Amino acid sequence: MALLQTRELIAHYGDFQALFGVDIELAEAETIAIIGANGAGKTTLMRSIAGVLKNAAEAVQFDGIPIGAEPSDEIMAQGVAMVPEGRKLFPSLSVEENLLIGTYGRKIAGHWTLDTVYDLFPILRERRNSPGTALSGGQQQMVAIGRALMSNPRVLLCDEISLGLAPVVIKDIYKAVPAIKAAGASLIVVEQDIAQAMAVADRVYCMMEGRVTLSGTPDSLSRDAIHDAYFGAGH
Amino acid sequence: MIWVDTIIQGILLGGLYALFAAGLSLVFGIMRLVNLAHGDLIVMGAYLILLLVTLLGLPPFLAAAVAMPVMFCLGWALQKFLLNRTLGDDILPPLLVTFGLSIALQNALLETFSADSQRLPTSALTTASVQAGPISLGVMPLLTFASAVLVIIALNQLFYRTELGRAFRATSDDATTASLMGIKPANIFATATGIALVIVTIAALYLGLRANFDPNIGPARLIYAFEAVIIGGLGSLWGTLLGGIIIGVAQTIGAAVNPEWQILAGHIAFLLVLLVRPRGLFPRAND
Repeated sequence: MALLQTRELIAHYGDFQALFGVDIELAEAETIAIIGANGAGKTTLMRSIAGVLKNAAEAVQFDGIPIGAEPSDEIMAQGVAMVPEGRKLFPSLSVEENLLIGTYGRKIAGHWTLDTVYDLFPILRERRNSPGTALSGGQQQMVAIGRALMSNPRVLLCDEISLGLAPVVIKDIYKAVPAIKAAGASLIVVEQDIAQAMAVADRVYCMMEGRVTLSGTPDSLSRDAIHDAYFGAGH
Repeated sequence: MIWVDTIIQGILLGGLYALFAAGLSLVFGIMRLVNLAHGDLIVMGAYLILLLVTLLGLPPFLAAAVAMPVMFCLGWALQKFLLNRTLGDDILPPLLVTFGLSIALQNALLETFSADSQRLPTSALTTASVQAGPISLGVMPLLTFASAVLVIIALNQLFYRTELGRAFRATSDDATTASLMGIKPANIFATATGIALVIVTIAALYLGLRANFDPNIGPARLIYAFEAVIIGGLGSLWGTLLGGIIIGVAQTIGAAVNPEWQILAGHIAFLLVLLVRPRGLFPRAND
């Protein structure tokens, strides 16, 4: 059975409908990537799963329990943590405080502690007392990932963690993914960089205009099929 | 020497104004909510203490200690069930609602306790003084000032040393992202207002021991509190203490020149600071 799944997930921003019945599945210990152009609905999908946007209860199921209608703090407490788009560090908190606040709603013993997060991203140990927003973009992204890991989540949602970063920095950040998987989290990674998504994911979903247009394992998807799913077959 | 005495009395008076202001500063710092009923809540706190003193025969300090948890619960409920509904992008609803609350509170106090001015019973302690060289210092003003400093220190410890304090700051920065950390912003706000009303109770105790109060003096306390918060810089707790001291010193100097100038001198000091430092003495960087 899937650890996390969406069923006919629909989302609106006021009158604007952003998702038109999205079905995705994430198995235990799996990593899936969601790719698609700007405005395809990837971030909306993440925000719906995390509870920032309310849905029908049955539209999102975690461990067989409907969680679609629950608020984000409850969903986080059950073990679904999010690295939000744009990092969203708290400017009033130091690096270490940003990490510590990641455990506010969920304190369970597990692999991830301040020490293991610092081992994963050693630069953060040096900068622990700096304000979170005084760091470089890549370091801020490390804090955002560490903050989500601190609650030892069962599912980690990573929304565009490579956005606005230099390729060499992106590589550094993705180097952490095997350790995150080894510690027992299943991942949903939203990516605009198709090659990066293919490299990291067990399965890939491609979205366009609020719908899933293609899915499969990276080696089963041809460049042309992805191109069509990304931009529409008519282009 | 008379001037040194005046300034010291002013500093001590500033402690009382800082106590008026600390709760206002806390609530504004966390949720950008300007509570126009703050002064009336102080007066209500004074009546609650008075009630406990007269009905149960408690000494004022003990009565205040009993009133604190009551006021915390009241503040928690007030925020959770009323004020949280007014928070949003628009700053007008909280102003209107707390303005209405201010009027409702004044009238409720007037109905219940009449317009007669009241005072908490004084004891030997409240009239005692200590001699520091040629200057005579009242024990009560000293206690007031010490309490103000302790309240500011305690609030700073809470803000920067505890998990609740981290949650306060994170929610103040970005409530949506805070909820992704498992924080319930509505409860964080309710707790903040609860703590603000505990400080209000301390302010009410010294207000009632120092001078007479009646149901209509709330708005004037609000203005002193407001001026202290603005002088100090919105959201800065040490700034609020300094703001209170500046108003207190200005008032006692004004009164020393001419007793009619006491209140006016405080307001003029406030305007002068605004003229020189429009964002206050210690503004927060990210406002």
